[in-house]
Amino acid sequence: MSVALEKGLLRVCATADVPLGEGRPVTVGDRRVAVFHTESGWYALDDSCPHRGGPLSDGILADRCVACPLHDRRFGLADGAALTDGAAVAAHRVIVRGEGVHLEIAEELEQAA
Amino acid sequence: MDAQGIAIVGGGIAGQALCEALRERDPDLAITLICGESCLPYDRVRLSEILVSGEEPSALQLRPDEWYADRRVEVLTGRTVAALDAESAALTFAGGERRSFSKVALCTGSRPLMPPIPGLDKEGVIPFRGPEDCETIRAAAADGARVAVIGGGLLGLEAAYGVASQGCPVTVVHLMDRLMERQLDSGAAAMLQPAMEALGVTVLLEHGTEEVTGNGRATGLRFAGDVQLDSDLVVVSVGIAANTSLATDAGLETARGVLVDDLMRTSAERVVAVGECAEHRGVVYGLVAPIFEQAKVAADTLLGVPGSAYEGSLQWAKLKVMGVDLVSIGRAEGSQEAVTADAGRPSYRKLVVEDGRAAGAILLGDTRGTEALLDAIRSAGEVSDPLERLAEAATATAAELPESAQVCDCNGVCKGELVEAMREGGCGSAREVMAVTRAGTGCGSCKPMVKEIVALENGGAAEEPAFLCPCMRQTREQLALQIRADGHEAVSDVTAACGTGRDCGLCKPALAYLVSEIRENRHREERSARFINDRVHANIQNDGTFSVVPRMYGGVTTPDQLRRIADAAEKYGARMVKVTGGQRIDLLGIRKADLPEVWRDIGMPSGHAYAKAVRTVKTCVGTDFCRFGLGDAIDLGVQMEREWEGLHTPAKVKSGVSGCPRNCAEATVKDIGAVAVEGAWQLRVGGAAGGSVREADVLATLDDAGEVLRVATILLQYYREHGDYKERLYDFVPRIGLDQIRAIVLDPEQGAALLERFRIAKAAVTDPWLERDEPYHPRQFDGLDEATAERELPMLVGPPEGAAR
Repeated sequence: MSVALEKGLLRVCATADVPLGEGRPVTVGDRRVAVFHTESGWYALDDSCPHRGGPLSDGILADRCVACPLHDRRFGLADGAALTDGAAVAAHRVIVRGEGVHLEIAEELEQAA
Repeated sequence: MDAQGIAIVGGGIAGQALCEALRERDPDLAITLICGESCLPYDRVRLSEILVSGEEPSALQLRPDEWYADRRVEVLTGRTVAALDAESAALTFAGGERRSFSKVALCTGSRPLMPPIPGLDKEGVIPFRGPEDCETIRAAAADGARVAVIGGGLLGLEAAYGVASQGCPVTVVHLMDRLMERQLDSGAAAMLQPAMEALGVTVLLEHGTEEVTGNGRATGLRFAGDVQLDSDLVVVSVGIAANTSLATDAGLETARGVLVDDLMRTSAERVVAVGECAEHRGVVYGLVAPIFEQAKVAADTLLGVPGSAYEGSLQWAKLKVMGVDLVSIGRAEGSQEAVTADAGRPSYRKLVVEDGRAAGAILLGDTRGTEALLDAIRSAGEVSDPLERLAEAATATAAELPESAQVCDCNGVCKGELVEAMREGGCGSAREVMAVTRAGTGCGSCKPMVKEIVALENGGAAEEPAFLCPCMRQTREQLALQIRADGHEAVSDVTAACGTGRDCGLCKPALAYLVSEIRENRHREERSARFINDRVHANIQNDGTFSVVPRMYGGVTTPDQLRRIADAAEKYGARMVKVTGGQRIDLLGIRKADLPEVWRDIGMPSGHAYAKAVRTVKTCVGTDFCRFGLGDAIDLGVQMEREWEGLHTPAKVKSGVSGCPRNCAEATVKDIGAVAVEGAWQLRVGGAAGGSVREADVLATLDDAGEVLRVATILLQYYREHGDYKERLYDFVPRIGLDQIRAIVLDPEQGAALLERFRIAKAAVTDPWLERDEPYHPRQFDGLDEATAERELPMLVGPPEGAAR
């Protein structure tokens, strides 16, 4: 069994809770995480743009990226890499089982939660 | 006996092309076009389109009826030529009539190749060749027929696409191990699979049909190993064979086609052959582009114009396969190949290099750089790094294109001719260049490239056309054309068809506007394509909260409204209440989740302060109160705002109405402004008082307020239809030109048409704040915290689906 599984999963919502092509924020401990529902699957990034803290969960999604609604900085959905200027954001793994959308809790999130 | 003029035998694309080439060279020549089918020449290549669109076959007609009369071309439809006397250039028609001409052109085309499969003569087995076949397929589809298409080449897939559009389950049966083996390699062919599956088309590769089963009527196919496929209709589309019998019977030399030399002459002096019936240097061309080249040479030969010669064509085609764009040039495989592929889009781009020189290309899904690659392959240009060359082609700008690169495929115009039209011909604008060279006058898809070249030639620096989707280099005009042609109703339709918005996504709001405008607000709304402001109808602030600005028509409010606004501001903790420059009130710092309740409590319609839409109409008190007032500014302002309320526009539209030239409402620096002067109103457009300041131009001086409202509304609609996204009126007016705008909006006929379209669009407008009661999604305004957050620890069962192992 993989390490990640031992850390557990946090169910954040049902698949129907996030409209296709959009994101929604969720609080995990003291952290805000943006959960994205796209044609190619589910993704999660920290919900704060490193530039000015814009809510990425309100951003426009393309196939592989999200654009911050404040100043159009873009980040890769899979890894949080900065596709325009500046720093990357943390990416989290999403696992969908049946109707449930789960966040895989990375170590730091685990402590926070 | 009349022995004058030229007879063109065959009314297909080749016959029409030759007819046009002849008429272009000689306006007085007697031309007789003989069509075996009962209709005027039509575009057979697009046959599947009428199945998809349900249009009449006449939609494919290459030229309207008048074209032939205007150009004095004698057209005989439904007439079969039974015999050719090559010596005397005489034709004998079925029925016995005989006519002599000075010369004869054979454009007899081809017929569907019927493979030697037993049972092909059964009822329910058809080719896919003419409009009548479309009718048969439609009728069968209405009965819920299962359809088998024999042949997975270009023509077979065309047929399958058309059949699938009728909602029939379709199975394509192909002998080879991949689809379209002549144009595609296995990688590209595999990319077609998802598009086909999405259309409900099943593919059976490496299946040789041994028999069409059924007793008198087809019931299915039998393959090797006694495998059966049930089907009610069998469409055979394995290839074509040149129609050569007329030539053979006349004693002309034929092989696979009628043999022609470099002047398109057959073995008979007075007879030429063009198109799919002709064989030139051992090649029978089945694609459209070579036919145009042949037709030009044949026309010169027929008229005795020296110096022209046909030396063969590069085999290439630009088409749509299963709804996916495809460009196939030259060889599909070679000793050195560079490929970039994206299964998600899908896109597949390949450059084939032989001995260090470009030899072929396949562009599937993403056809950027066609002109550059076509030129490189045509000239067998040297390629040191194929992958780099492929990447370069995708972003090639007009400046980098060589003079020999063909820009307009419909009319065969290359970049050099466009440049020459400007340098030698004195053309200055793209429109003039297009009129002179005919580039861009066919399908129109090359217009942006023509404009780019003209801008380059004019200004030195490459003036980028305004791309709606910069990632895919698609302009508003191109996309609008596509949306209209394909009937797209939602952003996702266009995305799927054109790839728009898939790279960075930033153009999605522009596309959403375009679709809504073209569909007159009866489009399928997809909020995911909208900016957050238009998903929740409020303006996002730097801290992620929102601002709320209710509509106050003409800046006029009431004590009751003010009370409700004040109460809501306290109840929902607005961080600030501010009076805006547009004479209304802004509640700042509202949480997204509270928006529906704020709107409900205020009970006023949306002010659209967050949208690219008609904003406020600022007014002064005018004749109601002011001792200087000349016009009723408030009444006109309120009328304008009510008339235009809720309409989206390419960029925000701020307006103002001043009751006298003192101009207290600052109407002369608004996008649309009206100023009362002695005895009349001035209507002004294109003012700005933001980053730059621009005084609005006077569009017209009108007698009464009703006229101002009418003309301003026409102008607004014209802007809605022609403005680029984010292009404010103060940029739009100088770009189009005030005179041009005047000519259109003041023209009674065009004005009435614009007004009518405005009314249709307006009739579908509703107040977005009513979504407080009918949200488009239960979580339109909410995050997930209230949802089902619960911890599942520890995981005791095996790895979840989709987890990496």
